[in-house]
Amino acid sequence: MSDYCGRCGRQTADHAGPELTGCARALSLEPPRYCAACRRRMIVQITPTGWTARCSEHGVLTNLHLQN
Amino acid sequence: MTDMLDTDILSAAREQVLERGIGLTEAQAVECLTLPDDRLDDLLALAHEVRMRWCGPEVEVEGIVSVKTGGCPEDCHFCSQSGLFQSPVRAAWLDIPSLVKAAKETAATGATEFCIVAAVRGPDERLMKQMREGCEAIRAEVDINIAASLGMLTQAQVDELADMGIHRYNHNLETSRSYFPNVVTTHTWEERWSTLSMVRDAGMEVCCGGIVGMGETIEQRAEFAAQLAELEPDEVPLNFLNPRPGTPFGDQPIMAPAEALKTVATFRLALPRTILRYAGGRELTLGDLAGKGVLGGINAVIVGNYLTTLGRPATEDLDMLAELSMPIKALSQTL
Ligand code: SF4
Ligand SMILES: [Zn+2]
Ligand SMILES: [Zn+2]
Repeated sequence: MSDYCGRCGRQTADHAGPELTGCARALSLEPPRYCAACRRRMIVQITPTGWTARCSEHGVLTNLHLQN
Repeated sequence: MTDMLDTDILSAAREQVLERGIGLTEAQAVECLTLPDDRLDDLLALAHEVRMRWCGPEVEVEGIVSVKTGGCPEDCHFCSQSGLFQSPVRAAWLDIPSLVKAAKETAATGATEFCIVAAVRGPDERLMKQMREGCEAIRAEVDINIAASLGMLTQAQVDELADMGIHRYNHNLETSRSYFPNVVTTHTWEERWSTLSMVRDAGMEVCCGGIVGMGETIEQRAEFAAQLAELEPDEVPLNFLNPRPGTPFGDQPIMAPAEALKTVATFRLALPRTILRYAGGRELTLGDLAGKGVLGGINAVIVGNYLTTLGRPATEDLDMLAELSMPIKALSQTL
Protein backbone atom coordinates (compact mmCIF):
# COMPACT_ATOMS: atom_id res chain seq x y z
CA MET A 1 0.00 0.00 0.00
CA SER A 2 1.28 3.48 -0.73
CA ASP A 3 1.38 5.94 2.16
CA TYR A 4 2.28 8.99 0.06
CA CYS A 5 1.18 10.37 -3.29
CA GLY A 6 3.95 9.89 -5.85
CA ARG A 7 3.14 13.20 -7.51
CA CYS A 8 2.72 15.71 -4.68
CA GLY A 9 4.08 13.76 -1.71
CA ARG A 10 0.97 14.26 0.44
CA GLN A 11 -0.15 11.52 2.79
CA THR A 12 -2.67 9.37 0.96
CA ALA A 13 -4.84 9.35 4.10
CA ASP A 14 -5.56 13.12 3.79
CA HIS A 15 -5.47 13.22 0.03
CA ALA A 16 -8.85 12.44 -1.50
CA GLY A 17 -11.49 13.65 -3.95
CA PRO A 18 -10.66 15.74 -6.99
CA GLU A 19 -7.10 16.44 -5.82
CA LEU A 20 -6.27 12.78 -5.66
CA THR A 21 -7.96 12.16 -9.00
CA GLY A 22 -5.92 15.03 -10.46
CA CYS A 23 -2.67 13.54 -9.19
CA ALA A 24 -3.64 10.08 -10.39
CA ARG A 25 -4.45 11.43 -13.85
CA ALA A 26 -1.21 13.43 -13.95
CA LEU A 27 0.77 10.29 -13.12
CA SER A 28 -0.20 8.82 -16.49
CA LEU A 29 1.90 11.59 -18.09
CA GLU A 30 4.73 11.96 -15.59
CA PRO A 31 6.82 9.65 -13.45
CA PRO A 32 6.40 9.74 -9.65
CA ARG A 33 8.71 12.16 -7.85
CA TYR A 34 8.06 11.07 -4.24
CA CYS A 35 8.60 7.61 -2.81
CA ALA A 36 5.21 6.17 -1.94
CA ALA A 37 6.67 4.44 1.12
CA CYS A 38 8.72 7.22 2.76
CA ARG A 39 8.03 10.49 0.87
CA ARG A 40 11.70 10.99 0.01
CA ARG A 41 12.18 12.80 -3.30
CA MET A 42 13.45 10.24 -5.77
CA ILE A 43 16.14 10.62 -8.43
CA VAL A 44 14.22 10.19 -11.68
CA GLN A 45 15.73 9.42 -15.06
CA ILE A 46 13.63 9.42 -18.21
CA THR A 47 14.59 7.99 -21.59
CA PRO A 48 12.45 8.02 -24.75
CA THR A 49 10.76 4.73 -23.89
CA GLY A 50 11.15 4.34 -20.15
CA TRP A 51 11.86 5.85 -16.75
CA THR A 52 13.38 4.90 -13.42
CA ALA A 53 12.85 6.52 -10.03
CA ARG A 54 15.31 5.76 -7.24
CA CYS A 55 14.63 6.13 -3.53
CA SER A 56 17.83 5.97 -1.49
CA GLU A 57 15.97 3.78 1.03
CA HIS A 58 13.47 1.78 -1.01
CA GLY A 59 15.27 1.05 -4.27
CA VAL A 60 14.36 1.62 -7.87
CA LEU A 61 10.91 1.88 -9.37
CA THR A 62 10.59 1.68 -13.17
CA ASN A 63 7.76 1.92 -15.68
CA LEU A 64 8.09 -1.81 -16.19
CA HIS A 65 8.51 -3.38 -12.80
CA LEU A 66 9.79 -2.96 -9.25
CA GLN A 67 13.35 -3.92 -8.57
CA ASN A 68 15.78 -3.47 -5.73
CA MET B 1 -18.49 39.52 -52.58
CA THR B 2 -15.13 40.17 -54.24
CA ASP B 3 -14.47 42.73 -51.57
CA MET B 4 -14.96 40.20 -48.85
CA LEU B 5 -12.65 37.71 -50.52
CA ASP B 6 -9.97 40.33 -50.95
CA THR B 7 -9.92 41.27 -47.30
CA ASP B 8 -10.31 37.76 -45.90
CA ILE B 9 -7.09 36.72 -44.20
CA LEU B 10 -7.28 33.14 -45.45
CA SER B 11 -7.69 34.26 -49.08
CA ALA B 12 -4.77 36.62 -48.69
CA ALA B 13 -2.68 33.90 -47.03
CA ARG B 14 -3.52 31.44 -49.80
CA GLU B 15 -2.14 33.78 -52.43
CA GLN B 16 0.85 34.99 -50.41
CA VAL B 17 1.97 31.93 -48.42
CA LEU B 18 0.76 29.00 -50.46
CA GLU B 19 1.41 30.38 -53.94
CA ARG B 20 4.44 32.57 -53.26
CA GLY B 21 5.95 31.04 -50.13
CA ILE B 22 6.04 34.32 -48.25
CA GLY B 23 5.18 33.92 -44.57
CA LEU B 24 2.51 35.90 -42.72
CA THR B 25 3.40 39.28 -41.31
CA GLU B 26 2.91 39.87 -37.60
CA ALA B 27 -0.38 41.71 -38.22
CA GLN B 28 -1.61 38.87 -40.43
CA ALA B 29 -0.65 36.36 -37.75
CA VAL B 30 -2.85 38.24 -35.26
CA GLU B 31 -5.72 37.95 -37.75
CA CYS B 32 -5.25 34.19 -38.04
CA LEU B 33 -4.94 33.69 -34.29
CA THR B 34 -8.19 35.59 -33.74
CA LEU B 35 -10.27 33.83 -36.39
CA PRO B 36 -13.54 32.52 -34.96
CA ASP B 37 -13.67 28.82 -34.09
CA ASP B 38 -15.92 28.10 -37.07
CA ARG B 39 -13.02 29.01 -39.39
CA LEU B 40 -10.55 26.73 -37.59
CA ASP B 41 -10.95 23.88 -40.07
CA ASP B 42 -10.33 26.22 -43.03
CA LEU B 43 -7.24 27.60 -41.30
CA LEU B 44 -5.89 24.11 -40.61
CA ALA B 45 -6.62 22.98 -44.17
CA LEU B 46 -4.68 25.91 -45.63
CA ALA B 47 -1.75 25.34 -43.24
CA HIS B 48 -1.70 21.70 -44.32
CA GLU B 49 -1.60 22.69 -48.00
CA VAL B 50 1.25 25.09 -47.26
CA ARG B 51 3.19 22.40 -45.42
CA MET B 52 2.68 19.87 -48.26
CA ARG B 53 3.66 22.44 -50.90
CA TRP B 54 6.77 23.86 -49.23
CA CYS B 55 7.97 20.93 -47.06
CA GLY B 56 6.43 17.79 -48.54
CA PRO B 57 4.68 14.87 -46.88
CA GLU B 58 7.58 13.50 -44.78
CA VAL B 59 7.42 13.76 -41.02
CA GLU B 60 10.65 14.10 -39.07
CA VAL B 61 10.77 11.96 -35.96
CA GLU B 62 13.03 12.78 -33.01
CA GLY B 63 13.74 11.43 -29.55
CA ILE B 64 15.15 13.50 -26.70
CA VAL B 65 16.94 12.70 -23.49
CA SER B 66 18.18 14.70 -20.54
CA VAL B 67 21.89 14.17 -19.84
CA LYS B 68 21.81 16.52 -16.87
CA THR B 69 18.51 17.07 -15.10
CA GLY B 70 17.52 19.69 -12.52
CA GLY B 71 19.50 22.13 -10.42
CA CYS B 72 19.68 24.80 -13.15
CA PRO B 73 20.69 28.30 -11.90
CA GLU B 74 18.30 30.06 -14.31
CA ASP B 75 14.73 31.06 -13.44
CA CYS B 76 12.62 30.24 -16.51
CA HIS B 77 9.19 30.41 -14.86
CA PHE B 78 7.76 27.38 -16.65
CA CYS B 79 10.63 25.05 -15.84
CA SER B 80 10.63 22.32 -13.20
CA GLN B 81 14.41 21.99 -13.59
CA SER B 82 15.28 25.39 -12.18
CA GLY B 83 17.05 25.06 -8.85
CA LEU B 84 15.39 28.32 -7.74
CA PHE B 85 11.88 26.90 -7.30
CA GLN B 86 10.36 24.36 -4.92
CA SER B 87 10.02 21.74 -7.63
CA PRO B 88 10.11 18.02 -6.80
CA VAL B 89 12.59 17.37 -9.63
CA ARG B 90 15.95 16.24 -8.22
CA ALA B 91 19.27 16.68 -9.96
CA ALA B 92 20.43 13.68 -12.01
CA TRP B 93 23.22 12.88 -14.48
CA LEU B 94 22.96 10.28 -17.26
CA ASP B 95 26.01 8.07 -17.82
CA ILE B 96 27.36 7.13 -21.26
CA PRO B 97 25.86 3.61 -21.42
CA SER B 98 22.43 5.10 -20.63
CA LEU B 99 22.93 7.73 -23.33
CA VAL B 100 23.72 5.02 -25.87
CA LYS B 101 20.70 3.02 -24.74
CA ALA B 102 18.46 6.07 -25.15
CA ALA B 103 19.87 6.66 -28.65
CA LYS B 104 19.15 3.02 -29.54
CA GLU B 105 15.59 3.27 -28.21
CA THR B 106 15.13 6.39 -30.31
CA ALA B 107 16.56 4.87 -33.50
CA ALA B 108 14.36 1.80 -33.03
CA THR B 109 11.28 4.00 -33.49
CA GLY B 110 12.53 5.07 -36.94
CA ALA B 111 13.61 8.47 -35.65
CA THR B 112 16.43 10.28 -37.46
CA GLU B 113 17.23 12.84 -34.76
CA PHE B 114 18.42 12.24 -31.23
CA CYS B 115 18.71 15.36 -29.08
CA ILE B 116 20.81 15.44 -25.93
CA VAL B 117 19.62 18.11 -23.51
CA ALA B 118 21.12 19.56 -20.33
CA ALA B 119 19.50 21.82 -17.73
CA VAL B 120 22.26 24.40 -17.54
CA ARG B 121 22.86 28.09 -18.20
CA GLY B 122 25.64 26.95 -20.51
CA PRO B 123 27.95 23.94 -20.62
CA ASP B 124 30.96 23.51 -18.34
CA GLU B 125 34.06 21.38 -18.99
CA ARG B 126 32.49 18.26 -17.51
CA LEU B 127 29.42 18.52 -19.73
CA MET B 128 31.48 19.17 -22.88
CA LYS B 129 33.54 16.08 -22.09
CA GLN B 130 30.38 14.02 -21.57
CA MET B 131 29.09 15.27 -24.93
CA ARG B 132 32.31 14.40 -26.73
CA GLU B 133 32.47 10.91 -25.24
CA GLY B 134 28.72 10.42 -25.59
CA CYS B 135 28.76 11.34 -29.30
CA GLU B 136 31.62 8.95 -29.96
CA ALA B 137 29.93 6.09 -28.11
CA ILE B 138 26.61 6.69 -29.85
CA ARG B 139 28.22 6.89 -33.31
CA ALA B 140 29.97 3.58 -32.71
CA GLU B 141 26.65 1.81 -32.21
CA VAL B 142 23.75 3.84 -33.60
CA ASP B 143 23.02 5.39 -36.98
CA ILE B 144 21.29 8.65 -36.09
CA ASN B 145 21.82 12.41 -36.28
CA ILE B 146 22.88 13.84 -32.93
CA ALA B 147 21.47 17.19 -31.86
CA ALA B 148 22.17 19.07 -28.64
CA SER B 149 20.57 21.61 -26.34
CA LEU B 150 22.99 22.86 -23.71
CA GLY B 151 22.00 26.45 -23.12
CA MET B 152 24.01 29.54 -23.98
CA LEU B 153 27.37 28.95 -25.67
CA THR B 154 30.68 30.72 -26.06
CA GLN B 155 32.24 30.85 -29.51
CA ALA B 156 34.77 28.21 -28.44
CA GLN B 157 31.96 25.88 -27.35
CA VAL B 158 30.09 26.45 -30.61
CA ASP B 159 33.23 25.47 -32.52
CA GLU B 160 33.76 22.42 -30.35
CA LEU B 161 30.19 21.19 -30.83
CA ALA B 162 30.45 21.71 -34.59
CA ASP B 163 33.68 19.75 -34.49
CA MET B 164 31.93 16.91 -32.63
CA GLY B 165 29.55 16.70 -35.58
CA ILE B 166 26.49 18.02 -33.76
CA HIS B 167 23.96 18.18 -36.56
CA ARG B 168 21.51 20.67 -35.08
CA TYR B 169 21.57 22.87 -31.99
CA ASN B 170 18.43 23.68 -30.05
CA HIS B 171 18.13 26.92 -28.16
CA ASN B 172 14.61 28.25 -27.68
CA LEU B 173 13.76 31.93 -27.59
CA GLU B 174 10.75 30.58 -25.62
CA THR B 175 8.45 33.56 -26.25
CA SER B 176 8.30 36.98 -27.88
CA ARG B 177 10.94 39.53 -27.06
CA SER B 178 8.37 41.76 -25.36
CA TYR B 179 7.08 38.99 -23.06
CA PHE B 180 10.44 37.38 -22.28
CA PRO B 181 11.15 39.49 -19.14
CA ASN B 182 7.93 38.04 -17.65
CA VAL B 183 9.28 34.53 -18.17
CA VAL B 184 13.02 34.77 -17.46
CA THR B 185 14.96 37.33 -15.42
CA THR B 186 18.39 35.67 -15.14
CA HIS B 187 19.35 36.22 -18.77
CA THR B 188 18.01 38.10 -21.76
CA TRP B 189 16.32 37.28 -25.03
CA GLU B 190 19.22 38.99 -26.79
CA GLU B 191 21.73 36.63 -25.14
CA ARG B 192 19.76 33.72 -26.52
CA TRP B 193 19.66 35.32 -29.96
CA SER B 194 23.43 35.72 -29.92
CA THR B 195 24.01 32.00 -29.25
CA LEU B 196 21.68 31.22 -32.14
CA SER B 197 23.63 33.48 -34.49
CA MET B 198 26.92 31.79 -33.57
CA VAL B 199 25.37 28.35 -34.11
CA ARG B 200 24.15 29.34 -37.56
CA ASP B 201 27.51 30.86 -38.53
CA ALA B 202 29.29 27.65 -37.49
CA GLY B 203 27.21 25.67 -39.98
CA MET B 204 25.04 23.74 -37.54
CA GLU B 205 21.30 23.63 -38.17
CA VAL B 206 19.35 26.00 -35.93
CA CYS B 207 16.45 24.67 -33.88
CA CYS B 208 14.56 27.38 -32.06
CA GLY B 209 11.04 27.46 -30.73
CA GLY B 210 9.25 28.03 -27.49
CA ILE B 211 6.20 27.58 -25.35
CA VAL B 212 2.78 29.08 -25.93
CA GLY B 213 0.14 29.54 -23.25
CA MET B 214 2.44 31.17 -20.68
CA GLY B 215 0.15 34.20 -20.24
CA GLU B 216 1.32 36.08 -23.35
CA THR B 217 -1.28 38.02 -25.30
CA ILE B 218 -2.40 36.96 -28.78
CA GLU B 219 -0.42 39.93 -30.12
CA GLN B 220 2.70 38.67 -28.35
CA ARG B 221 2.16 35.20 -29.75
CA ALA B 222 2.05 36.73 -33.24
CA GLU B 223 5.12 38.79 -32.40
CA PHE B 224 6.91 35.58 -31.46
CA ALA B 225 5.97 33.93 -34.76
CA ALA B 226 7.29 36.96 -36.65
CA GLN B 227 10.53 36.98 -34.66
CA LEU B 228 11.08 33.30 -35.37
CA ALA B 229 10.44 33.97 -39.06
CA GLU B 230 13.14 36.64 -38.93
CA LEU B 231 15.56 34.12 -37.42
CA GLU B 232 14.70 31.54 -40.12
CA PRO B 233 15.44 28.46 -38.04
CA ASP B 234 15.63 25.04 -39.67
CA GLU B 235 13.28 23.73 -37.00
CA VAL B 236 10.73 25.23 -34.62
CA PRO B 237 9.64 23.02 -31.71
CA LEU B 238 6.25 24.18 -30.44
CA ASN B 239 5.45 23.43 -26.80
CA PHE B 240 2.18 24.09 -25.03
CA LEU B 241 2.59 25.03 -21.38
CA ASN B 242 2.25 22.05 -19.09
CA PRO B 243 2.02 23.86 -15.74
CA ARG B 244 4.57 22.22 -13.45
CA PRO B 245 3.98 22.04 -9.69
CA GLY B 246 6.18 24.42 -7.72
CA THR B 247 7.07 26.70 -10.65
CA PRO B 248 5.81 30.32 -10.95
CA PHE B 249 3.61 29.19 -13.86
CA GLY B 250 2.33 26.15 -11.94
CA ASP B 251 -1.22 27.56 -11.75
CA GLN B 252 -1.57 28.80 -15.32
CA PRO B 253 -4.57 27.32 -17.14
CA ILE B 254 -4.06 24.72 -19.84
CA MET B 255 -4.59 26.18 -23.31
CA ALA B 256 -7.89 25.33 -25.00
CA PRO B 257 -7.51 22.87 -27.89
CA ALA B 258 -8.95 25.25 -30.52
CA GLU B 259 -6.50 27.96 -29.48
CA ALA B 260 -3.61 25.50 -29.61
CA LEU B 261 -4.59 24.36 -33.11
CA LYS B 262 -4.93 27.96 -34.33
CA THR B 263 -1.41 28.54 -33.02
CA VAL B 264 -0.06 25.51 -34.89
CA ALA B 265 -1.62 26.61 -38.17
CA THR B 266 -0.59 30.24 -37.75
CA PHE B 267 3.02 29.31 -37.02
CA ARG B 268 3.03 27.19 -40.18
CA LEU B 269 1.70 30.10 -42.21
CA ALA B 270 4.32 32.40 -40.70
CA LEU B 271 7.09 29.84 -41.34
CA PRO B 272 6.15 28.02 -44.54
CA ARG B 273 9.44 26.11 -44.99
CA THR B 274 10.51 25.28 -41.44
CA ILE B 275 10.31 21.92 -39.72
CA LEU B 276 7.45 22.57 -37.27
CA ARG B 277 7.61 20.08 -34.45
CA TYR B 278 5.05 19.08 -31.88
CA ALA B 279 6.92 19.12 -28.58
CA GLY B 280 5.92 19.10 -24.91
CA GLY B 281 2.41 19.58 -23.57
CA ARG B 282 0.61 18.30 -26.63
CA GLU B 283 -0.87 15.22 -24.89
CA LEU B 284 -2.27 17.40 -22.12
CA THR B 285 -3.51 20.19 -24.40
CA LEU B 286 -4.75 18.29 -27.43
CA GLY B 287 -5.19 14.66 -26.39
CA ASP B 288 -6.85 12.81 -29.25
CA LEU B 289 -6.96 15.96 -31.36
CA ALA B 290 -3.21 15.76 -32.04
CA GLY B 291 -3.90 14.37 -35.52
CA LYS B 292 -5.60 17.67 -36.44
CA GLY B 293 -2.29 19.46 -35.96
CA VAL B 294 -0.47 16.96 -38.16
CA LEU B 295 -3.10 17.83 -40.79
CA GLY B 296 -2.71 21.51 -39.93
CA GLY B 297 0.93 22.38 -40.41
CA ILE B 298 2.94 20.10 -38.11
CA ASN B 299 5.57 18.00 -39.91
CA ALA B 300 7.70 16.68 -37.06
CA VAL B 301 7.13 14.98 -33.73
CA ILE B 302 9.03 14.08 -30.59
CA VAL B 303 8.29 10.44 -29.96
CA GLY B 304 8.14 8.87 -26.57
CA ASN B 305 8.98 10.69 -23.39
CA TYR B 306 10.08 14.26 -22.79
CA LEU B 307 12.70 15.51 -20.33
CA THR B 308 10.69 15.52 -17.11
CA THR B 309 7.30 14.32 -18.31
CA LEU B 310 6.06 11.35 -20.31
CA GLY B 311 4.69 11.31 -23.84
CA ARG B 312 2.47 8.80 -25.54
CA PRO B 313 4.14 5.49 -26.37
CA ALA B 314 6.09 5.91 -29.63
CA THR B 315 3.99 3.24 -31.32
CA GLU B 316 0.83 5.36 -30.91
CA ASP B 317 2.40 8.25 -32.81
CA LEU B 318 3.80 5.98 -35.48
CA ASP B 319 0.36 4.40 -35.91
CA MET B 320 -1.18 7.86 -36.16
CA LEU B 321 1.29 8.83 -38.92
CA ALA B 322 0.60 5.59 -40.77
CA GLU B 323 -3.14 6.21 -40.55
CA LEU B 324 -2.67 9.70 -41.95
CA SER B 325 -0.46 8.23 -44.74
CA MET B 326 2.48 10.39 -43.73
CA PRO B 327 5.85 8.82 -44.46
CA ILE B 328 8.60 9.12 -41.86
CA LYS B 329 11.65 11.01 -43.10
CA ALA B 330 14.58 8.65 -43.63
CA LEU B 331 18.13 9.31 -42.51
CA SER B 332 19.34 9.53 -46.13
CA GLN B 333 17.00 12.49 -46.71
CA THR B 334 18.49 14.45 -43.85
CA LEU B 335 22.11 14.30 -44.96
S1 SF4 C 1 17.82 27.41 -18.70
FE1 SF4 C 1 16.70 25.57 -19.33
S2 SF4 C 1 16.86 24.12 -17.63
FE2 SF4 C 1 17.46 26.14 -16.86
S3 SF4 C 1 15.58 26.95 -15.96
FE3 SF4 C 1 15.68 27.72 -18.07
S4 SF4 C 1 14.54 26.20 -19.29
FE4 SF4 C 1 14.98 25.25 -17.28
ZN1 LIG D 1 -1.01 14.02 -4.94
ZN1 LIG E 1 11.49 5.43 -0.03
